[in-house]
Amino acid sequence: MPANRFNNFTEYGIGIGLRVPHYGHILSRKPTVDWFEIISENFMVDGGRPLAVLDSILEQYRVVQHGVAMYLGSTDGLNRDHLKKLKRLVKRTNTPWLSDHLCWGSVDGSYSHDLLPLPYTFEAARHVAQRIREVRDYVEVPILVENVSSYAEFHASEMSEWEFLSEVVEKADAGILLDVNNIYVSSQNHGFNPYDYLNNIPHHRVGQFHIAGHSKYDKYILDTHDHPVLDPVWKMYDHAIRKTGPTATLLEWDDRIPSFDEVHREALKAGRFCEELLREPTRI
Amino acid sequence: MSRPASKASSKAPKLRAVQRAFAAGIMRPLTSGNRMQPKWHDGKSARRAVAKFIKPSDQLDSFERLEIYNKQYWFRLIDCLYDDFPALRVLIGEKKFYDLTVAYLTKYPSNSYSLRDLGSRLEKFIVREPKWVMPHATLAREIIRLEWAHIVAFDGEELPPLEIDDLLGSDPTRLRMGLQPCITLLACEYPVDMFVLAVRRREEPRGETSNAVNERASRRAAKQLTRPKPGKIWLAVHRSENAVYYKRLEPEAYLICAALQKGLSLEAACERALRRKKADASFGATLQGWFAQWASFGWFCRFR
Repeated sequence: MPANRFNNFTEYGIGIGLRVPHYGHILSRKPTVDWFEIISENFMVDGGRPLAVLDSILEQYRVVQHGVAMYLGSTDGLNRDHLKKLKRLVKRTNTPWLSDHLCWGSVDGSYSHDLLPLPYTFEAARHVAQRIREVRDYVEVPILVENVSSYAEFHASEMSEWEFLSEVVEKADAGILLDVNNIYVSSQNHGFNPYDYLNNIPHHRVGQFHIAGHSKYDKYILDTHDHPVLDPVWKMYDHAIRKTGPTATLLEWDDRIPSFDEVHREALKAGRFCEELLREPTRI
Repeated sequence: MSRPASKASSKAPKLRAVQRAFAAGIMRPLTSGNRMQPKWHDGKSARRAVAKFIKPSDQLDSFERLEIYNKQYWFRLIDCLYDDFPALRVLIGEKKFYDLTVAYLTKYPSNSYSLRDLGSRLEKFIVREPKWVMPHATLAREIIRLEWAHIVAFDGEELPPLEIDDLLGSDPTRLRMGLQPCITLLACEYPVDMFVLAVRRREEPRGETSNAVNERASRRAAKQLTRPKPGKIWLAVHRSENAVYYKRLEPEAYLICAALQKGLSLEAACERALRRKKADASFGATLQGWFAQWASFGWFCRFR
């Protein structure tokens, strides 16, 4: 697993999301897992069971923080209380990097609690990049920004999503958490070739992958994280790691969560793609 | 609770305009058929308004694309309140609860990055607009207070408990002991604790709320889903070993705890209780027993 400065020169392998239904299994059975990803906001609390569970997990496992509410694209000022609690958690977990989404979610102090799409404009790219720099300077760990799945596009957009992502991370000098499933979902909803996306981002900036399942509706695909990873997404993942090298990968399963073993088995499939790649003769 | 966001950026005015239009669209209540409202804020066609900033796709027009987010917004937030206030939902029924949550979130959209805080202003809302919970205004308010106190007790702050050594030699006329910030004291006109316990027992716990209370509720309590009849109780909602408990207090004990929480000295707090209850030979021992128990729960901390 190639280490780079965006994942803090770590080689973390295959992780899974830490979810409440699995707490008992993990704490009692202590299964072998490369690392767990936690949703930062679930643990940015002042006390009680969430922090007690986290501390027990930290005794046994490596943990990486993934945020869902930084709203890097929002035009409200950064929420200082959020940042303070985030940094406190960073010190607790010793996360080697921190990720959140390339999206917005609040305006005029009202929060949507959703990952809302941005118009792909140069103005937005400058704005988001500036905020990423501010967050990174404050929390003092590398930041990876994750592409979201989306269901709407804006007339105001001046570039493709992958050009926008590239523009943001180059301007912010940030890393990418590449969610392959989100690319697939958006490609189906917006009618673009997902391989154009995979081929045209700065691969050296990818510090982590996300893979997940989705649900198909009549006229669109929804990023539901309630299924195993589908074949087209595995194919894209295989393609992506050939561009980036095998990189820390996390399976997300957030709804209709099956047993820990089933989730873990699904995650480990990603490891097989990485092993296969490493077995192939090096191309000169 | 998060503080209000710091000063907004003025460097991305076009982006801000798009975000305001988008948010205005998705935060409007759905129609009774769970569709996006056909009229925009100005009373004109929503389809036309949305088409100005959202592109259509091959499969969906602009309106339908924004509608996906409109639905997600309401479903997610109502689902969260559904989980956080199960007893209120049982009290007023699913339909009224849905109407209440829509009215509440319309009046008070979330002002925190955390969904945990979503119900923090629900009591304030029904005090101002009791029509949503009539004819059970008092009972509903007390249930809301207890269900919110449960959330606070679950993951609220806990300071290092005071030890005997911390108190040795202290002057009781000046000694101020705080209660743990995660403790909420409630004086109720109804025995809401039994009702909330019964509801929690009946429903499968969802999400990450504590289930200790559920585990402790008796089978008898599970059947008591009839509306509580009036009857004063005094409660401390607290946490012990990461589980949430509802502890009934004697009225004098409640007065002492409330006084300590407000910052009165130990002596002044005890005097409050004595004023209510004529002191007799046994009251000193009762007081001693209370304090010993509260200390064993780790309730006391330095006053802030």
